[in-house]
Amino acid sequence: MADNKEKPGTPSPGRRNFLRDSTLITALSLTPGAVLKAASEKADERFAELFEKIPLRLTVNGQAHALSVEPRVTLLDLLREQLKLTGTKKGCDHGQCGACTVHVDGERVNSCLSLAVMNEGKEVTTIEGLAREGELHPMQAAFIKHDGFQCGYCTPGQIMSAIACIREGHARTRDEIREYMSGNICRCGAYPHIVDAIEEVQKTGGKI
Amino acid sequence: MSEKFLFPDDTDRVDGVAKVTGKARYFAEFDLPGLTYAVLVTSSITKGRITQLNTRNAARAPGVLAVVSHLNRPVTAGYESKEGPAMRIFYTDRIFFNGQPVAMVVADTFERATHAASLVEVGYEKEAFNTDFDGSLDQVKKPKNPAQGAYQRGEADAYKQAAVSVEATYTLPVETHNPMELHGILAFWNAADKLTVYAKTQGVKATQGTLARTFGLPAENVQVFSEFVGGGFGMALRTWPLEIGTVMAAKLVGRPVKLVITRDQMFTMVGNRPAAWQKIGLGASRNGRLTGITHHSLAQSSVYEDFMENITGMSKFMYGCENVNTTSGIVPLDLSVPIWMRGPGEATGAFALESAIDELAFKLNMDPLDFRVLNDPETDLEKNKPFSDKNLKEAYKRGAQAIGWKNRVQRPAQLTEGDWQIGYGVSTGVFGAFRRSATVRAVLNADGSLVLQSAASDIGPGTATGMVRIAAGVLGIPASSITFELGDSSLPPAPSQGGSSTLSTVGAAVNDVCLQLLGNLKELAVNAGLKADAPFADILKKNNLPYVEVTKESKGGAEQAKYSMYSFSIHFVQVKVHRRTGVVKVSRIVSVGDAGKIVSPKTAKSQMVGGAVGGMGMALTEEAVLDSRYGRYINNNFGDYHVPVNADVPDIEVIFIDKPDPHINPMGAKGMGEIALTGFSAAVANAVFNATGKRIRSLPITPDKVLQETAGV
Repeated sequence: MADNKEKPGTPSPGRRNFLRDSTLITALSLTPGAVLKAASEKADERFAELFEKIPLRLTVNGQAHALSVEPRVTLLDLLREQLKLTGTKKGCDHGQCGACTVHVDGERVNSCLSLAVMNEGKEVTTIEGLAREGELHPMQAAFIKHDGFQCGYCTPGQIMSAIACIREGHARTRDEIREYMSGNICRCGAYPHIVDAIEEVQKTGGKI
Repeated sequence: MSEKFLFPDDTDRVDGVAKVTGKARYFAEFDLPGLTYAVLVTSSITKGRITQLNTRNAARAPGVLAVVSHLNRPVTAGYESKEGPAMRIFYTDRIFFNGQPVAMVVADTFERATHAASLVEVGYEKEAFNTDFDGSLDQVKKPKNPAQGAYQRGEADAYKQAAVSVEATYTLPVETHNPMELHGILAFWNAADKLTVYAKTQGVKATQGTLARTFGLPAENVQVFSEFVGGGFGMALRTWPLEIGTVMAAKLVGRPVKLVITRDQMFTMVGNRPAAWQKIGLGASRNGRLTGITHHSLAQSSVYEDFMENITGMSKFMYGCENVNTTSGIVPLDLSVPIWMRGPGEATGAFALESAIDELAFKLNMDPLDFRVLNDPETDLEKNKPFSDKNLKEAYKRGAQAIGWKNRVQRPAQLTEGDWQIGYGVSTGVFGAFRRSATVRAVLNADGSLVLQSAASDIGPGTATGMVRIAAGVLGIPASSITFELGDSSLPPAPSQGGSSTLSTVGAAVNDVCLQLLGNLKELAVNAGLKADAPFADILKKNNLPYVEVTKESKGGAEQAKYSMYSFSIHFVQVKVHRRTGVVKVSRIVSVGDAGKIVSPKTAKSQMVGGAVGGMGMALTEEAVLDSRYGRYINNNFGDYHVPVNADVPDIEVIFIDKPDPHINPMGAKGMGEIALTGFSAAVANAVFNATGKRIRSLPITPDKVLQETAGV
């Protein structure tokens, strides 16, 4: 295998080059020379912000936000890194674990698979938005009562999923709860206790 | 001994509200001014050298502050010394394994760092490598530590002369910890010689020590915070190279740097349970007395660092047998180094030993429970000491009753339910019960509230909940008035959370500091003309004290040399095996814990339940599949590496013997983290045999193996 030398890949165009090229095409009405000069003087980041961020209006936990975000930012990273709502967790970034589950217009969504800009005008509820006036949501209380977690990392996603599971009408039996909660992985293995908590909240029959 | 403990009625987890409201903050969730984001660039070859590292485009990308690599890393004292680790991140151009970090991009946003990392160009010179464990069993490295090497008492290979014997080979693939929280670290330098990190660690003092050594700082100049840890299972018992690299990056950019690795990187840079090969020989007399146990083990390790766990340990003492011989070795491969994973060594060994015990019992036509009871020793024949506490016969009995063992049929493949074949299995699990040294500070405030502090950790079992309950029991005050602070390296020292020793070690220190506090308060009461048992708040008020503080170190004594101390578990399972598809469903589980006094029943039950679920994964689905042509894991995500999900898991009954160990510590309580999982996989394998007559000796027990195997009876 000694002769098996791997060559570095073809250099990808740098962002700066891209900006320089695209400004040539799209910004002819501006003074091209000035733009190029600005780009080469490292002012390109400010241009990038202008060109590459787009406005986003959405409501999170009842609070309206008017934001400017890059289209590549996921809803999960927007919540955690920009809005500082770190209750929503990053577990895989692939929609395979459910730790990032939030409600968008009342439905459970893996926020790592949703680009922030896809949520224009929508209402997002995170784990931080459940407790009202210091009173725990019944599902939060039930998770504590039944010890439906250990390390707590998957817990916000489990609780958001659990509430949606009942609202969807998918919590009529223990087996049905198991099936419809299987998108939320708990590596500590608290599953039976999670089912206990959901079953209890379902049986109380209150509006959740 | 436990009579003096009046534990409060079952306490909810003390940090439960923080965890269900999203207020609990894990390492990546601290917002520091000027925070920057790191993303790793990893090796795409398995062995060789970096010949070219072009960071120009990455460095020029918007928002990028630095690209750290072996070309520009800051001088790092611990890496310059000969005693430093073999694998030093960003230190040389050497590649030891596929997925090894070769560069780190730091930018002002996560997205910009991710994009820029894709612009780093790496050229390599490849060398021949070997990552094939099964094909390398003849390339064994003997352990350096003789205690881990060969063991013999009585005659070697006595099983070969026995009236009835079995001999078989058992294999386990690489299993990964994969806690839900991704690994990483958040680091910043407060000054040229002062470092603060928010870490994901099972030991803040251990992390502090490693960082201090690596960066040539006095330990007190390194501050480690790790209050909430999103699971560990052993992988956070060391400070990994990626953490060192992030601290280097923070030094280079002069700002806080946060690294959160990706899920696929969790398969290559933070350890695993190594693949293992084991050969077991067991012999018995016709009446079922064990006369010989032979256990050989080989496990995967890395070429740059030896890792070896105690796989054959259980074979030396679990059963009353005069003739035992064991050997252990490692097979170094061009892969990243493994690390202890829940039930380290013992879980691997127990799969083989407890499967073989079942095989021998079957050959003797004995109920495997009767066989175990018959060979349950009164003393530890390895250490030649009495057990401090062991109630296995009671545990077997109670578990058997709960699972309905009487419904099991000794002859396999007799019970069916439509297309499903039904079987029952049992196994034993064990792990050493330890008490190490810990120091706890207790501060009783004027309002009667108590704050306890120790640099302990909680990766999920509920450390603070247990500690609060112990303090409440000693002091006779409500658990709700007590706070236990942990996860901060500046607090009085405690050992790492590993080897099921936190409750015993830190719990004993909590007990001792509270007793001392109680003594001091009585003295203060009497001196102030109060009754010795006056309310604490009154005592402080009368003495005009804003608070009373006591700090105490506590550790085990002579009892540790006198007794052999272990926690035990018995796992009973009922399985259903689908006749046509080979699918195995675990339909019922009863786990019995014999781990001394149970301090916190609610969290203890969760720990046993969680161990059983982890054991299900080990038994049925978990396998990191390596393509040895490339040295890469091909199922490095949760879609392809299957951990149990809710629909896989039945209701789990947990039974505790709940009798205090009279010797280990004042509470009589022992650890349970490891025994919750140890042995579970064998119970499943034994149940599959009982259901089908097929003996699967290779984990995980996937449908293809079940279908391919022919019934042995």
